[in-house]
Amino acid sequence: MTTAAPSRSGNAGGAPTPRTRASRAKTGRIPWILVLPAVIGVLFLVLPFAGMLIRAPWTTMGARVTDPDVLAALWLSLSTATVATVVSLIIGVPLAWLLARTEFPGRRFVRALVTVPLVIPPVVGGVALLIVLGRNGLVGQYLDAWFGLTLPFTSAAVVIAQVFVAMPFLVISVEGALRGADRRYEEAAATLGASRVTIFTRVTLPMVLPGIGAGAVLCWARALGEFGATITFAGNFPGTTQTMPLAVYMAMQRDPEAAIVLSLVLLLVTLVVLATLRERWMSTA
Amino acid sequence: MRDTAPSRPAHRFTGRRHGPVTGFAAASALVVLTACGAEDTGPDEAAEENGDGGALSGELTVMAAASLTDVFAEIAEDFEERHPDVEITLNFAGSSELVQQINSGAPADVLAAADTSTMEQVVEGEGLDADWAAENGENGLVFVTNTLQIAVPPENPAGIESLADLAGDDVQAAFCAEEVPCGAAAAAALEASGLDVTPVTYEEDVRSVLTKVEMNEVDAGLVYATDVISAEGRVEGLDFPEAEEAINGYPIGVLANSADPELAAAWIEAVTSAEGAAVLDDAGFGAP
Repeated sequence: MTTAAPSRSGNAGGAPTPRTRASRAKTGRIPWILVLPAVIGVLFLVLPFAGMLIRAPWTTMGARVTDPDVLAALWLSLSTATVATVVSLIIGVPLAWLLARTEFPGRRFVRALVTVPLVIPPVVGGVALLIVLGRNGLVGQYLDAWFGLTLPFTSAAVVIAQVFVAMPFLVISVEGALRGADRRYEEAAATLGASRVTIFTRVTLPMVLPGIGAGAVLCWARALGEFGATITFAGNFPGTTQTMPLAVYMAMQRDPEAAIVLSLVLLLVTLVVLATLRERWMSTA
Repeated sequence: MRDTAPSRPAHRFTGRRHGPVTGFAAASALVVLTACGAEDTGPDEAAEENGDGGALSGELTVMAAASLTDVFAEIAEDFEERHPDVEITLNFAGSSELVQQINSGAPADVLAAADTSTMEQVVEGEGLDADWAAENGENGLVFVTNTLQIAVPPENPAGIESLADLAGDDVQAAFCAEEVPCGAAAAAALEASGLDVTPVTYEEDVRSVLTKVEMNEVDAGLVYATDVISAEGRVEGLDFPEAEEAINGYPIGVLANSADPELAAAWIEAVTSAEGAAVLDDAGFGAP
């Protein structure tokens, strides 16, 4: 995935490296015991998508893709995932900094808590959000009583569900980058009289920017694919809460061909974005 | 032996969305349990009691609409008591999803769907057992009906009385998506009423509409009368005249893939028998 990988492993037509013939021969030999499982692994990931391409109704593709409902779902997915990523950046980067650079009681616990949404089924997250932020929820009932604000069944609920499941990807990436960064630059800035905020914005942030970028891309992609928490917490209404994954699920109930079309659109958009953005952020990391 | 008895209704836990794996687990559990239970009643004795000639034995996989969850679990328990050598695996999901599974070759013996149009999709896929269908109906046998009700949270905070009340701007309603039978029924009832009601959500199945009402997240939802009964007081059900235009017939049929069509037909007889009808009636289903 990274551009640097082939030359580092130094095999199969790699760039010339200052090595002896013997060592190149040794590393250049292909270990079949690894290759066969790897090929099976690739097939396992590629075949389902190839199957979709084969079964896709290409003749009606154009009309289906430009269907207003499809475009509405796609636009909703792209916009909510982007907003969710921005929200995750605003609250996730400071959280990652706290976890990486400070000691406070319960830090380990908070760190474990951050990873919980990664492993629990998203639908559990949706249930939890509904219980807390629903119209009748622990917090939600006051939002309703004081501000007349109800979150479920709104686009804001979609963003909340996406932030809940996707932010951990960002926090973990950024925390890793912060731990890997050379702290001596920060110390040097401190001895030169820079304030903590200046150090963070002028020294720390630029150093971990690739980590933040990579985390943001992962976060965005996860938000784009979010299904379980969304359908449980935000509901399903075209134009407001029906994102692409929900549209795919609903289409599958009646018209599998439509579901294939929607899936391919979502897959294409995700691939294009991941390929362009990840390349940019990961290769400089 | 007795210690294992409480886990008897293992088939209740057969997941709605993960049939094969949990189904297998439930079936394995039942293998153990029926082996234990057999000594209690004695298989020969039970077969004689039943008086239907040869004793039935084998495994039966029944796919059924989510709204049949409670009643089919009860009927299956009775059936297994009368036929100790039979293991029943129940798999509940939205009818449309079950049809997709069957048309993709999922191994099952019986399908009970929540409306006739989903059953027709199975028939189109040549999914019904030809011999059984020739005797009992080309599009399956309609064994119960279900009527829509307006479900409201206890004490009806929004003061809903009729379908027209759902059209109000400040009323939040939840419907099933039109892709699933309860949503198709809701659309039919609305069309009959001539009202223009925009819900806040189209839920993926009737049980999630019920949940949204139970949790008081919406002021009202359109669900089946049977769902209101199964909620045991956590929601109130209101009849409305337009529901008459949207009564769902539930068809049942032996599937072409069935490994044991005879056993499958016996299950359908049990469902349509007087005892089965009584269970269905208690749950709020109507006569066909």
